[in-house]
Amino acid sequence: MARISLKVNGKSRVVDADPNTPLLYVLRDNLALHGPRFGCGLGQCGACTVLVDGSTMRSCMLPASAAENKNVTTLEGLGSVAHPHAIQAAFVEEQAAQCGYCMNGMVMGAKALLDKNPHPTVADIKRSLNSYICRCGTHLRVIRAIQRVANASVKA
Amino acid sequence: METKSISRRDLLKSTGVLIVGFSFFGSAARVLAQGEGLSVDGMDPTVLDSWLAISKDGTVTVFTGKVELGTGVVTALAQIVAEELDVSFNKVYMDSGDTDKVVDQGVTAAARTVERGGVQLRQASAAARQELLKLASARLDSPVDKLTVTDGVVSVVGNSARKIAYGDLLGGKRFNIKIVAAGIGWDMKVAPEVPAKNSKDYKIVGKSIPRVDLPEKFTGEFVYSQDASVPGMLHGRVVRPATSISAPAGIDESSIQNIPGEVKIVREGTFVGVVAETEWAAIQAARTLKVTWSEPTLKMPSGPDEVFDYLKNTKSFKDNVIVNRGNLDAALSNAQKKYEATYYWPFQLHGMMGPPCALADVRGDKATIWTGTQGPFRTRDSIARMLNIPPKNVHLLYREGSGSYGRLETDDVAEDAALMSRAVGKPVRVQWMREDEHAWDPKGPAQLQTVRAGVDAQGKVIAWDFMDRSFPWSESDANPMLASSQIGMKPAGAGFLNGAGGGGQIYTFENQKVLAADIPWVQQGQWPLRTSNLRAPGDLGRVFASESTMDEIAADQHADPLQFRLRYLTSDKRISEILVATAKKAGWTDRPSPAPASTGTKALGRGIAVANRANTMTAAVAEIEVDKTTGDVTVKKITLGHDCGLIVNPDGLKNQIEGNVLQAVSRALLEEVKFDKTGQKNLDWDSYPVIRFEQIPDVEIVLIDRPEMQPLGGGEPSIVPVTAAIANAIFDATGARMRQVPFTPQRVLSALKA
Repeated sequence: MARISLKVNGKSRVVDADPNTPLLYVLRDNLALHGPRFGCGLGQCGACTVLVDGSTMRSCMLPASAAENKNVTTLEGLGSVAHPHAIQAAFVEEQAAQCGYCMNGMVMGAKALLDKNPHPTVADIKRSLNSYICRCGTHLRVIRAIQRVANASVKA
Repeated sequence: METKSISRRDLLKSTGVLIVGFSFFGSAARVLAQGEGLSVDGMDPTVLDSWLAISKDGTVTVFTGKVELGTGVVTALAQIVAEELDVSFNKVYMDSGDTDKVVDQGVTAAARTVERGGVQLRQASAAARQELLKLASARLDSPVDKLTVTDGVVSVVGNSARKIAYGDLLGGKRFNIKIVAAGIGWDMKVAPEVPAKNSKDYKIVGKSIPRVDLPEKFTGEFVYSQDASVPGMLHGRVVRPATSISAPAGIDESSIQNIPGEVKIVREGTFVGVVAETEWAAIQAARTLKVTWSEPTLKMPSGPDEVFDYLKNTKSFKDNVIVNRGNLDAALSNAQKKYEATYYWPFQLHGMMGPPCALADVRGDKATIWTGTQGPFRTRDSIARMLNIPPKNVHLLYREGSGSYGRLETDDVAEDAALMSRAVGKPVRVQWMREDEHAWDPKGPAQLQTVRAGVDAQGKVIAWDFMDRSFPWSESDANPMLASSQIGMKPAGAGFLNGAGGGGQIYTFENQKVLAADIPWVQQGQWPLRTSNLRAPGDLGRVFASESTMDEIAADQHADPLQFRLRYLTSDKRISEILVATAKKAGWTDRPSPAPASTGTKALGRGIAVANRANTMTAAVAEIEVDKTTGDVTVKKITLGHDCGLIVNPDGLKNQIEGNVLQAVSRALLEEVKFDKTGQKNLDWDSYPVIRFEQIPDVEIVLIDRPEMQPLGGGEPSIVPVTAAIANAIFDATGARMRQVPFTPQRVLSALKA
């Protein structure tokens, strides 16, 4: 066990954990941040995605110690039901989920995409989210939600 | 997670507002007391208070054994209740899947929840409304037929000043009346004699009300079964052999001595698990623990071909006769031309995104379980059987898991957690790893279909002989789940048929036989691959075979595939209407298949198919492109028509249809469980690919709403016709007939050469 200092959603957090523990379990079990989810533990599905210094990372594969001194953002860091981020609000508007288990990855993936490219084409969205699996088949709604955010930012 | 649990008795004693651990409408719903005492089978359905409660502020709390599986069905159920009671939607709170609080309405499955459970809740609500009007009649001194209700306020027609709210009539008190409830589970008829509202007056049912569970799912605030926790909880992981049942011949405990913290090994029968203080320690221990497994008691088949040979050559132990009309043999021997083909459907996975997870706290002869089961009472009873304690001593609290498509009717992980909690005497949370789920998912069984058909000199179909051969579900209601089996519990029977349907019975032919045959496993009660119900069980394969055959005959007769179908689609007006409406939306023009040959490497095609699943009618038109040099199939668009009677929530239904279509394309093009004698080969998403963003088609939806009808299922019927429509489109594009799923490039290339 070791003390690991993390900066999560803008706050400094110190946890006691085996430094090899994947960040996912530290976030979920030590910090009670349940946005990132365990889907495969293999980096194949995207359900565990977080942003590390603004880039998407599969937290199931990333040792917690490797995230020290970096800015980690989880789904909770974007917004809440009371104060949703524009992307979260757009996902609600489009009713862009069924079970919602994969949605952490979809929303975080959308955040990283829109930060880099505020007006993605459908092809851009598909390419950018191709490494995220949704088994319920809500892809079309996810695309519409991301387009909704992009269109709103055109109007703004 | 709020872990305080409130017993039914506490509820009964209380008169004020209570906080319960969980509801679909937030983590602190206001709930009042209900019910008459817990029976072995959940709450007494003949007591109105078992179904719903009205608090002083007019809030309606509904107690339901039906659970949200991610399909939005609990929102639809709440709409039905709000409509029938004449209260606004946001006053209805759903308390769902707590075995100490709800009536056992059977498993949530087979797209029957609105059709059956919805009608049960509608009738209970109608009975409640009737009673509330009776109370109001006395209070307002006006006959019931002079009363009207607006958002939970009863007033006298023509004198709206004379009014009283539901909350003031009953708030804080029980109804204390009995209602009629006959039958069990899905088939229970609740207050059937109470008149329900005329659908013409519906204001809430039929509206696209946003789902109550979704906002929290986009922020991380939603509590899934994977998020359940209690103080002092430990983490468990299962350790299982590759795929077949083997016994642990030896366990090298020293192999995990370097894992930090205390790690316990749980061994009972052939069950092996590890329990540790942290999740990561449990995962490492499960991976590191050296277990020598005995030779499996059951050999895996050498591969899919051996399974198909077995299905073909093994005598069935049960034949389900769906149609038997005319004299088939005579008609076939008189036929001018005969068609005969065999179709193959592979084992496929449910493929839950999140491996199943449960938390169990077993103390002495009592157990509390938090889990994502589709059947709260089924899992409760199964755990009680395994722990050898009375069902009443098991309190199961439903927490939604990842979308399950049938998989969590077999809630294995809850048993694993209970077994490990009993062994260590502490609450244990168990989540399966990805490879556990891929390997031990009770899969949708392989199927082999044979079709023979004959036409007369005029090209009219006069004979139709359809046989579906499939394995039963090794995991079904009466059979023990995985951990139970591992500690020695024996199956009660062979398992249910893989769905009850046949192929081609939607058409009327003069001489017609449609059979579904149940083929026993090599050794009954043991399984090379576990099997269970996978979304619209068996119907994808059956409709693939029958609709491909219809297409083949139409093409051979140079008939347009839509017009050809309509000649025989005479048994039900709704099915021909949905087929025609779908074709029209897709811009269908009459011509025979195949399309005129393309000159380039890529060929475009269109295909059509139609199906009836549990009286929901669906039709699909697929537009595809085949690369003739590589065999790659791209599905460009699916138009899907859907008639499920009365539509409760149109956008919720569209969400289900879009999802079903994409899952169907995935299953048609990509999905096949692979195995050989050494075990299953695909244990992750790279080796069992499913559809991804760059492969999805556009989806256009045609809904036919029939407010005069009862609501029918919308959760799975739309998955059924899609595979056949794609196969027929491949034929249209290339002249190659696909007979085996999935339509991999290699199979397409071989069909092109055939």
